[in-house]
Amino acid sequence: MTNDIAARLESITNAPHDFIGGDIQSYAIDGMVPSAVARPVSPEGAAEIIRFAAKDKLAVIPTGARTKLSIGARPTRYDIALDMRALNQIAHYDPADLTVSVDAGMPVAGLNAALYEQKQFLPLLVPYYSQGTLGGAIASGIDSPLRQAYGTARDFLLGAEFIDGTGALVKSGGRVVKNVAGYDLHKLLIGSLGTLGVITRLNFRTFPASIDGSRGFVASFSTHEAALAARDKIAASSLTPLTLDVINPGAAKIFAERTPATPELTVFARERQRDAESLPLPGEWLHAREWQLCTAFAGVSEVVSRYVRDLTRVAEQFGATAIAILDDTTRPSIWGRLREALPLFREGNSFATIFKLSILPTHHAKAITILQSVAHAAHLLLALVARASGTLYIAMLPKDATESSAEAISLLALEVFSLGRSLDGRASLLFAPSAIKPALESTLNFRPHSDLTLMRRVKSAFDPANVLAPDRLFRESL
Amino acid sequence: MLMTQILTRELKKILGPSAVLTLPEDVLLYEYDGSVEKGRPNAVVFPSTTNEVSSIVKLAAHHNVPIVGRGAGTGLSGGALASSGGLMIVFTRMNRILELDFENRRAVVQPGVVNLDLTRAVEHAGLYFAPDPSSQKSCTIGGNVAENAGGPHTLAYGVTTNHVTALELVLTDGQIVRLGTQQGDPSLYDLTALLVGSEGTLALVTEITVKLSRKPEAVKTLLAIFDTIDDASETVADITARGITPAACEMLDGWTLRTVEDYIHAGFPLDSAAVLLIEVEGLTEAVTSQAASIDEICRAHNAREVRVARDEKERDLLWKGRKNAFGALGRVAAGIYVLDGVIPRSKLPQTLRRIQAIGEQYGFRIGNIFHAGDGNLHPIVLYDPHDIEQFKRAMQASAEIIRYCVEVGGSLSGEHGIGMEKSELMPLLFSDADFALMRRVHDAFNPHCSLNPGKVFPLTKGCGETRIRSQALHPATRA
Repeated sequence: MTNDIAARLESITNAPHDFIGGDIQSYAIDGMVPSAVARPVSPEGAAEIIRFAAKDKLAVIPTGARTKLSIGARPTRYDIALDMRALNQIAHYDPADLTVSVDAGMPVAGLNAALYEQKQFLPLLVPYYSQGTLGGAIASGIDSPLRQAYGTARDFLLGAEFIDGTGALVKSGGRVVKNVAGYDLHKLLIGSLGTLGVITRLNFRTFPASIDGSRGFVASFSTHEAALAARDKIAASSLTPLTLDVINPGAAKIFAERTPATPELTVFARERQRDAESLPLPGEWLHAREWQLCTAFAGVSEVVSRYVRDLTRVAEQFGATAIAILDDTTRPSIWGRLREALPLFREGNSFATIFKLSILPTHHAKAITILQSVAHAAHLLLALVARASGTLYIAMLPKDATESSAEAISLLALEVFSLGRSLDGRASLLFAPSAIKPALESTLNFRPHSDLTLMRRVKSAFDPANVLAPDRLFRESL
Repeated sequence: MLMTQILTRELKKILGPSAVLTLPEDVLLYEYDGSVEKGRPNAVVFPSTTNEVSSIVKLAAHHNVPIVGRGAGTGLSGGALASSGGLMIVFTRMNRILELDFENRRAVVQPGVVNLDLTRAVEHAGLYFAPDPSSQKSCTIGGNVAENAGGPHTLAYGVTTNHVTALELVLTDGQIVRLGTQQGDPSLYDLTALLVGSEGTLALVTEITVKLSRKPEAVKTLLAIFDTIDDASETVADITARGITPAACEMLDGWTLRTVEDYIHAGFPLDSAAVLLIEVEGLTEAVTSQAASIDEICRAHNAREVRVARDEKERDLLWKGRKNAFGALGRVAAGIYVLDGVIPRSKLPQTLRRIQAIGEQYGFRIGNIFHAGDGNLHPIVLYDPHDIEQFKRAMQASAEIIRYCVEVGGSLSGEHGIGMEKSELMPLLFSDADFALMRRVHDAFNPHCSLNPGKVFPLTKGCGETRIRSQALHPATRA
């Protein structure tokens, strides 16, 4: 079967340009290995493969650098891994228009290096930054600490070209910053986990790299209520910081002790000199036993003074036990870790299970109180990142892989999902070790949403033969 | 006609007699919007609740009557017209603000809430609703959602879609569905993002959760006066290139600003070739330094004068000149046709020259007043709509301008929508494969083309011969 699919792929593609084969094991998802790997060199080549798969009812999972490929349900079928990394060029870049059109297989860091030549950047500073591709960043729907100032991809993705499930190469949106012609289909690709289309090209709005030389501010609090209240006060003020997150002592301890395994490619001026070096550890100013409010800001010197003054006042008002102002030599140590928070949690603990809970920011204090008490009772260590935008990352870090750990995770997971429902938000599982994922998924049962019928119809409009990453976002049939 | 009478009776049973219009003289009022298109509904209804909307939709489906949703009818592309007759659902009675959450800066509103009324309801808390189309005193948030409306300040703050986090919908079978989250992260596919800007062709929106924005602590409004349009255009390009994002950056050409000045007396200089109305907002300290940079850039591009509004009154007057410009132009011509095209910002000087040439070629005066900062043009063609020959030529000239926008890498519409107006121009941007997918997505929501038929898709790519036969008493006409 395996050789058969590979052989047939070779016969229909422009092999050896569209490379077929490779280290199939490294494309495994949750233990499931594809029958073949294809690495097309053109969008047409990729479309040919999708048409072949649609005809033979094969399942294709598009991949980039495979850093976030385990996000999503365990595949039910997985015939072909479609590695898109050979499509990695900038198609159009018009610095004067602040727009760029780029192949999906290009690494985010690679694009930013090119944009920085024109003192611009894409505020998609997502986890696994130095390896991850743009296509993967979009399909995974992962956010960046910079969303506080720039929003998520939904706010700066202007258009896309992609292959739908019939193998047709289609586009939506455009390359201009304002456009209402046609349905915004490209926005559906964000967080679609490859289930709607194989992304071949992405058009973005770029931004002036005016965050160069930005400063940081870290304040320590003894309770999460105080740290979150200070955070929300800043979010509601006239200040418009670049990032605004609260991390718990569990996360702070990891930040203080660990350095992300990935080489540290950074985009901004003075940080560039440290390319390929790893991040320095945070200094004494990171009080790892407490809750930390971490924010960054940029501007002319009068603006910087204003931030320092106002942030200090708010932190003191809420009883901060320590305050540190970071310049652009110390700030990256915390900012780089905030960006790589999820990889850091996973690298330090191979059983790390990570959830995302999207609720209104004022519900964070209540949610965290509940989660902490459940985690405490179950002897489960938590690492939390609570963004001012309302997105809460919850990493459960068991000491071992025992059955009782799995039970504790499952218990807490149910709590996370229940909070998502009761607080009019949404919970999702991002990462879980393969050993416990099946049990966890059946516990959570991928609970049906009221809008699931509509979701299925949309999936079927994009992919009538159910070729693209079947069942990875939700079960397509009951 | 029997069916129509039965339908009317049942509609009145659901809504009460005062919420159903069927007399020709009544429905006549609903055959126009702000565009040059026409389409008369057979009946107009005014529901007050989501459940009423659902009942109406089920009833219409049962009788095979097409439906179109409508807010205030200020749209500029014919999106809210009954192009195939049928039933028009007007949302103006669903105008309640359901929930205000100042701490999280969210509002839940019914679709008939007027854009500016939401801002008025929250400004005491230092908040406002950012999308600000020129019609914001009358247009509804439901209409803003359908069209993904913009406005001058969307340059810095984004268009409607960037401010909507959740929706309640009534589907074409009457089912009520909720999408998105109050917080804003999507639930599974981001269908909220798909629905915003879908021009009422996928579902009827009955409830909207929007983000509210913090009013800036400082605002500076600058008026830069130029002797050539090229200098003004290049100033815009340079501001963008230098990494300054003003909150708004609007341009009026010389002829337009003289016409506006005659009417509004905003203090626009009468002998200039173009003015830029530029606004910077934010922290006091940041605004001061940005205004200084902009002043410097304007002067480097030969601005004759750069004025700064001294107070709120002067600022309001400058904006009054901009926001009422279309009305001012309406005084000097029998008809004005406002276009909406987008170009890459760097193509501004050449595009303005091309528009000028097209105007001369077709023998029209074309004014220009637009969102220069994001390349969203609004050329205004002055013509006599009663002269059929002139109307045709005006449409040809307009199509040629839009075609040029697409040629230089732009788009058919930045904020007015495709509607009936531009559906036949869609193939300039989209291939058969693109239409095929859009059509499948359309059908996933609206399988029988019962909702807002004849919009967005060109005739041959969309519903074509509408599968639903309207019980048209008055066949829809198209100007």
